Amino acid sequence: MEAYKKHESIAALMNRSNVDTDQIIPKQFLKKVERSGFGVHLFHDWRYNDDGVTENPDFELNKAAFKGAKVLVVGDNFGCGSSREHAPWAIADYGFNTIISTSYADIFYSNCFKNGILAIKVSPEQLAALMDEINANEGASFVVDLEQQQVTTPAGNGFKFEVDPFRKDNLLGGFDDIGLTLKQGAEITAFEEKHKQNFPWLWA
Amino acid sequence: MKKTMYDKIWDAHFVCQADGQAPLLYVDRHLMHEVTSPQAFEGLRNANRKVRNPHSILATMDHCVPTKNRDLPIADPIARKQIETMAENCAENGLNLYDMESPDNGVIHVVVPEHGFVHPGMVVVCGDSHTATHGAFGALAFGIGTSEVEHVMATQTLPQQKSKTMLVKVEGTLSKHCTAKDIALAIIGVTGTAGGTGYVMEYAGNAIEALSMEGRMTVCNMAIEAGARAGMIAPDQKTFDFIEGKEFAPKGEQWDQAVSYWKSIVSDEGAEYDTVLTLKAEDISPQVTWGTSPEQVVGVNEVVPAPASFTDAGKSLACEGALKYMDLEANTKMTDINIDYVFLGSCTNGRIEDFRDAAQMAKGTTVAQGVTAIAVPGSFHVKIQAEKEGLDKIFIDAGWEWREPGCSMCLAMNGDELKDGQRCASTSNRNFEGRQGKGGRTHLVSPAMAAAAAAAGHFVDISKIG
Repeated sequence: MEAYKKHESIAALMNRSNVDTDQIIPKQFLKKVERSGFGVHLFHDWRYNDDGVTENPDFELNKAAFKGAKVLVVGDNFGCGSSREHAPWAIADYGFNTIISTSYADIFYSNCFKNGILAIKVSPEQLAALMDEINANEGASFVVDLEQQQVTTPAGNGFKFEVDPFRKDNLLGGFDDIGLTLKQGAEITAFEEKHKQNFPWLWA
Repeated sequence: MKKTMYDKIWDAHFVCQADGQAPLLYVDRHLMHEVTSPQAFEGLRNANRKVRNPHSILATMDHCVPTKNRDLPIADPIARKQIETMAENCAENGLNLYDMESPDNGVIHVVVPEHGFVHPGMVVVCGDSHTATHGAFGALAFGIGTSEVEHVMATQTLPQQKSKTMLVKVEGTLSKHCTAKDIALAIIGVTGTAGGTGYVMEYAGNAIEALSMEGRMTVCNMAIEAGARAGMIAPDQKTFDFIEGKEFAPKGEQWDQAVSYWKSIVSDEGAEYDTVLTLKAEDISPQVTWGTSPEQVVGVNEVVPAPASFTDAGKSLACEGALKYMDLEANTKMTDINIDYVFLGSCTNGRIEDFRDAAQMAKGTTVAQGVTAIAVPGSFHVKIQAEKEGLDKIFIDAGWEWREPGCSMCLAMNGDELKDGQRCASTSNRNFEGRQGKGGRTHLVSPAMAAAAAAAGHFVDISKIG
């Protein structure tokens, strides 16, 4: 996984709540056996006209001011529904590496951090201020500094944010989660031996 | 300290916590299907890692499989490749796979309990959000992403943060024709789709205890639709009776040992939960969703709500958007909404009890003109059992299509889908925009409600049927 670095990027706005993973990446694109190439299908049903090819000019992310954005500002409960990791794969492949919302569905939240995406939680008031700022100045760039846990915006709506220390370290270091866990190999083996004795029927 | 069932299962699976890392939780059972696993196997191969405990895995093919003409090759070459990849990955790693030709094939969350593969007290994961189904057995079962599928294959553990706990009590007796599905939808109507975020829900109360294992699976299945990490129900004699004698059930002396352990994992009397929610079973009427989120649900005897009826601005806006997508007018009676399609099946309502409920309602009826109704058993075992009981004849005589098992129109990956603008009464779990086909409009209901709607061509208040 690529290490997450401090960056200044356009923040795109999607003022929609309860955006589910079926919208982020519709089911017809889940048949591939690869991890790559999902960006072109991100928000497919909203993003394209009925021909599935030409862009729907009414869809937020198709605005010229939001092209090249790395930061996505969205409404509450983003990523609810299906566990499909194709959703963060599509988001990352499209070019986003940061999401700002009040809340995320649990599985989606975890999936983001496994794919180099920083999912930031803010209060409803902070989110409203950020949305107002983007609405007033489409194409505004935010500075996201994970190390300092700080977002800075041109109009001064910047804020500090919380993130689990281990998620932060893994993102900053671009670490392989499995590699980290395998360092606990001895503990896992010892636990497994004890577990086998306690619950022999699990191995019968 | 008094512990909840969740605390006890967590403690029994806590491996260790390294400095600066999340706690590692041991995983007993890993369930798989073709959609969320290929990239995990590829990752494993690229890192030159092996599957640690092949015996902990049970795999099936369900999302992409056709529900008719199963003897023909899958027409969609990308779906075919995914199915073939699943078979190759399972063969390469020595995994137990119920492939398309297997008599044990079916939807993962239907076939796993049929074989007694999940027991009380286990930690169970699957790259599928409806894994919570298995919480019906008193297991901690939750959905994971593909990176986590790879993580579990390689390490048999997952880094996890402990969730908060919510006790959802449903007390009283359900009215006639009200089912586990109505309980599940009514709960989501109260919590909303984000109300359970960060929580593990434990369902309790005498209305839950009175449910069959199939009904309990339906309730736990939809925990994710309330945003919960998992849903669970304390194991009891019904649970033990369901598991006993099945292929992966403990045998002989180990059975007694296991039952005695299972009895010990229920929540202690007086254990504290972070949140408690209580519903009265008598207040639950047959439920129907009207919008594009499972929380947008009302009783069938009610009307489509108006955006102005919501005090929350976000919910009001969501209502407006949903009415537009669903092509519904506020204040329309739910029973005045006409349908084009009926889907009976899925991991929510694809079990034998669901087919019995629907057949009882379909018996002697005829599918309304212009309506297509399909019955898709959750597994071959469900299909064969239903055929033994003559349920297939009831459906066929009423004008339904009797299909082969699979996920089918729950998520419409296999070619079974709605056309733009079609409206469906569906026993599945999600009514998201486009879920059953681009432009398709989904109303979630119970099997009995679906069957009644098939015959009438519109929703019916089945509580008025004797």
